[in-house]
Order: sequence, then C-alpha cells, then structure tokens
Amino acid sequence: MSIHVQGMRAWLLQRLSSVYVALYLVFALSFFWHSPDLNYDTWLNFMAQPVMAISSLLFFIFILVHAWVGIRDVLIDYVHNGALRFSIFVILGLYLLTMGVWVLMILLSVVQI
Amino acid sequence: MLTKTRRPKHLNLLKIRLPLTGMVSIFHRLSGVILFFSIPFAIYLLALSLRSPETFLQAGTFFEHGLVKLLSVIVIYSLAHHFFAGLRFLLLDLDIGLSLKNARLSAWIVVILGFVAFAFLAIWLLAGECL
Repeated sequence: MSIHVQGMRAWLLQRLSSVYVALYLVFALSFFWHSPDLNYDTWLNFMAQPVMAISSLLFFIFILVHAWVGIRDVLIDYVHNGALRFSIFVILGLYLLTMGVWVLMILLSVVQI
Repeated sequence: MLTKTRRPKHLNLLKIRLPLTGMVSIFHRLSGVILFFSIPFAIYLLALSLRSPETFLQAGTFFEHGLVKLLSVIVIYSLAHHFFAGLRFLLLDLDIGLSLKNARLSAWIVVILGFVAFAFLAIWLLAGECL
C-alpha cells in the first residue's frame, strides 16, 4: 500500500499517535500512582529531565495531531459547505498550533539541559 | 450515487436503535470531541503545576469546585471509553476480532473496561484518599 493513497497518511498518523499517547498515559498514571505525596520540587525535577520534557512534548504534539485528524473527520462528515468547512479547518489548525507553542513554552521553561 | 430504491430512512435519532458495536463507535467519536475541548484545560493545569509552589497547590484545588468536578467526571469517562474503544479499533485494524461474534464480545469488554477504569480513576483522582 502506498502512503500517497488518499487519506492513508491521516489514517496512519491517527493510529501511530494513538499508540504513543496511550503508552505515555499508562506511564504517567503509574508515575502518579507511585507518587501519592508528590510535592512541587519532586514534580519540577521530574519534568526538568530532558527525557521527560521531550517525551511530554511528543505526547502533546501527538495529542494535537490526533485531535486534528479526528476533528477533521467529524467536520468532513457534518459540515458540507466548502467555504465554511475550510474556514473551520484554518481556525482549528491555528488553534492547535497555538496549543503546541504553549506546551513548548511551558516545557522549555522547566527543562534542565 | 443515486439509487431508485425507496428504503425506509430513520434519521430520527430517537428511532434509530444502534447495535452495541455502533454505540461503542459513536461514543468513541463523541468522547473524542469532548477530549478535544479538554485539551486547553489540561495544558493550563500543566502550566500551573510547574510555574511555582503556590500555583502547584492551586492546580490541586482546581478540582475542588463542584462544576469542575462534574466536568472532570465527564472528561474522565470520555478518556476511559476513548482509550479502550480506540484499542479495540486498533485490534480490528490488525484483523483481530473481525467476526460478528467477537466484535460484539469486544464491544461489551470495551463498555465494561471503560466503566471500571472510569470508576477507578474518578475515585482515585477526585475522591482523594479513598484508595
């Protein structure tokens, strides 16, 4: 199967991102489960590790990609006016991009290299 | 594609009775949309938790408001269902469980695991020291 088949890229991105997000979620929940008395310093030091900052950034990027494909599919199903659909796509894209920059700024402010 | 047959259409949502597999599917979509709207709140909590010791505590008390608690319950259930229904779709993509019998069985398992995970997470995250 070729990656250039219509919709194949989105289909694949949706599945790859879901696997990463699911694995990260299980990992994050088990971290919180094993740290019942989490305080600010422990949390900050934990997230300041480059490996945590990078894997967390990837987690949010994959969530945003997953949301893009998912919401795009919903819009394709329910919004049939081409111009309106395109406008919502643009707003959605800018919105998700903003969320990504926000996460990047948060993680850059704590990461210790 | 135009067809000349006049099949009965029941687009009245109250008249459509989806099979369980269809319910799992449409709730996967609905929960996805709900999770989409929860994204900025999750990022905001991340920002609060990392900014300073004061805002870290503030992030914890965020969930003490009644309305936030109610919305969190909906988001947590959406996450639980979306997780397991998504896992089921991944397995179906790998041609696992495609027979009608197995698809129905896995739909039931998704519903049950979704409720169990929801109950566990809700008690753990929202009810505090119950566990």
